[in-house]
Amino acid sequence: MANSAVPEQKPDRETPKFSNEAKKKFDELLTRYDSKRSALLPVLHLAQDEFGSLSDSVVEYVAELMDLSPAQVTEVVSFYHMYHRHPVGQHHLQFCMTLSCWMAGSHQLYKNTCSRLGIKPGEVTPDGKFSVAKVECLGSCGSAPIVQVNEAYYENLNPEKLNRLINSCKEGEPQTP
Amino acid sequence: MMRETQHHRNMRPMAVDLSPAPGEKRILLEHLGVQGIRRISVYESKGGYNALKKILEKKLSPDQVIEAVKGSGIRGRGGAGFPTGLKWNFVPKDQSKPHYLLCNADESEPGTFKDRVILEHLPHMMIEGMIIGAYAVQAKKSYVYIRGEYTYATKIVEEAIKEAYRAGYLGKNILGSGFDHDMFVHRGAGAYICGEETGLISSLEGKKGWPKLKPPFPAVEGYLKCPTVVNNVETLAAVPWIINNGDKAYSGIGTEKSTGTKLWSVSGDVVRQGVFEVECGASFQTLLEDCCRGMKDGRKLKAVIPGGSSAPILTAAEAMDMTLDYESIASKGSMLGSGGMIILDETRDLVQVLKNLSEFYHDESCGQCTPCREGTGWLMKILHSFTEKQARPIDLELLKTTSNNMIGRTICVLADSIAMPVLSYIEKFPEEFDRYLSESSGQSSLSEKLQAKELL
Ligand SMILES: Cc1cc2nc3c(=O)[nH]c(=O)nc-3n(C[C@H](O)[C@H](O)[C@H](O)COP(=O)(O)O)c2cc1C
Ligand code: SF4
Ligand code: FES
Repeated sequence: MANSAVPEQKPDRETPKFSNEAKKKFDELLTRYDSKRSALLPVLHLAQDEFGSLSDSVVEYVAELMDLSPAQVTEVVSFYHMYHRHPVGQHHLQFCMTLSCWMAGSHQLYKNTCSRLGIKPGEVTPDGKFSVAKVECLGSCGSAPIVQVNEAYYENLNPEKLNRLINSCKEGEPQTP
Repeated sequence: MMRETQHHRNMRPMAVDLSPAPGEKRILLEHLGVQGIRRISVYESKGGYNALKKILEKKLSPDQVIEAVKGSGIRGRGGAGFPTGLKWNFVPKDQSKPHYLLCNADESEPGTFKDRVILEHLPHMMIEGMIIGAYAVQAKKSYVYIRGEYTYATKIVEEAIKEAYRAGYLGKNILGSGFDHDMFVHRGAGAYICGEETGLISSLEGKKGWPKLKPPFPAVEGYLKCPTVVNNVETLAAVPWIINNGDKAYSGIGTEKSTGTKLWSVSGDVVRQGVFEVECGASFQTLLEDCCRGMKDGRKLKAVIPGGSSAPILTAAEAMDMTLDYESIASKGSMLGSGGMIILDETRDLVQVLKNLSEFYHDESCGQCTPCREGTGWLMKILHSFTEKQARPIDLELLKTTSNNMIGRTICVLADSIAMPVLSYIEKFPEEFDRYLSESSGQSSLSEKLQAKELL
């Protein structure tokens, strides 16, 4: 009878779990493919959207859902630039540093922004609002230089426009400058 | 399928002028300016889905469709230029395994942004081409692999696929033909190498985007080891036109070996950057002077990267002497590639340009092959030693040796995609490197390290 004496395990608040809506989405994603593993990239996008980043506990949760080992999932997460192991800012500013954007001055924009916000890649401003990253060609070379913030592209930028964009983010209503 | 942040409402089509330019020949982009053309009803009002109807209602056989595409002479627009009809013909005719069609919308080659115009404005043209392609190779499922950053394009394509289902162009028993087909969007997650077709397949399988050795070619053994056709967005989007107007009409445009039109993405030092549809075989001047309205600020042309950053560089004289087709650009020692053209004026420092590109390839090497993983790193470091004014004359040799040791020795051609450009920059613009050498302190610890390793 020793077993019954074992106290009921407390639910671990660290353990992530999809909301009902996300779980529905997850189930739908699986139906699109002829192999379960093929859904891994979209499931990771879903998990990152849901939990903010792909931390160890999220990776373990996804691994369990996908019948994979955490190592298999980690390997995939670390291969792709868009997956984050740590939370990013509310406005994640991604500067394209490749040729056409570089020719149009993206390095200066990037430097100005880092010094204005006082952060480098991998860091988040203390208020949690901003993070920065250097990225490669975003397929927008004809409207260079460009910064991607979360799901939107901001094109044909210059220092003034970028400042206006950042100000509007600070005010909580990002505007295309 | 995407979390909506405060930036969601700022998602919009690419901010470039897409109005027709002088010198263009618009076939694919004919209806680009039509209000609402991304909606199925407007697309249909312009003859959309007639090609699919023609095939299914006239009961053309899959082989007849393949013959038409072969007859058109169209070659893949994703970079390699492989004849599309021939590729479709490689798919086994039996159905012992399921067949798949994958549309490559990974568009990540620096300088390239033309597929985005189709995805954002003419999604149904691509979807119609995909359904026709799927019918030709008897694929029951297809996926549009869209680079993860293209969030707006993804939204548009997902909406368009839904519309196509509602209209009965997708799903079971399409237009009463007995042909079933399902189509899905698959979002990438940021990796250039997933544009390479076998890398794309690995990625779709839920793995790292590692390319695989060919053969076996995907047409025989691709996604989930089943026959798989991978085609670029622009290639597939041209298929409805070919079916509607006939293969002869298409091959009548362009040159003998480069038929049809090509979408060019032009960026850099021109007055008007953008995406232009030009007949194959047109002169470079048509694109530069007519479409792009010439060089910005009246400066002189120094060099041209004709087909995406993987294409060897051309001098102004070579560019002025070329026509916009596969043969002519190859005869100058470069390639048409993806049609991502970058124009560089007299003020551009080509050693800096090359250093920038070397960083891209170093970051994007998947790391499987030693010559690529190590070689891209060495190229980047040596080029840094030039721009830091620490290079020695021997470093020029080192760049060449490193490049030569990368070419043709790897699983995919990413290694060649930086090695060939490096050789071309040195061959065609030696004075740019000499200038740095003459200003260098000549204290490259790097080449000493390499010499010690007997790599020279
Ligand atoms: C490193 C690398 C990146 C590539 N990226 C793309 C790409 O983003 N889009 C694309 O369509 N093809 C890309 N390709 C070419 C594909 O491997 C493949 O040839 C093409 O998708 C086939 O379609 P097509 O015959 O219609 O051109 C790439 C090739 C390599 C080696
Ligand atoms: S050549 Fe480079 S990118 Fe291609 S498979 Fe080898 S290591 Fe990966
Ligand atoms: S170089 Fe920045 S979008 Fe292509």
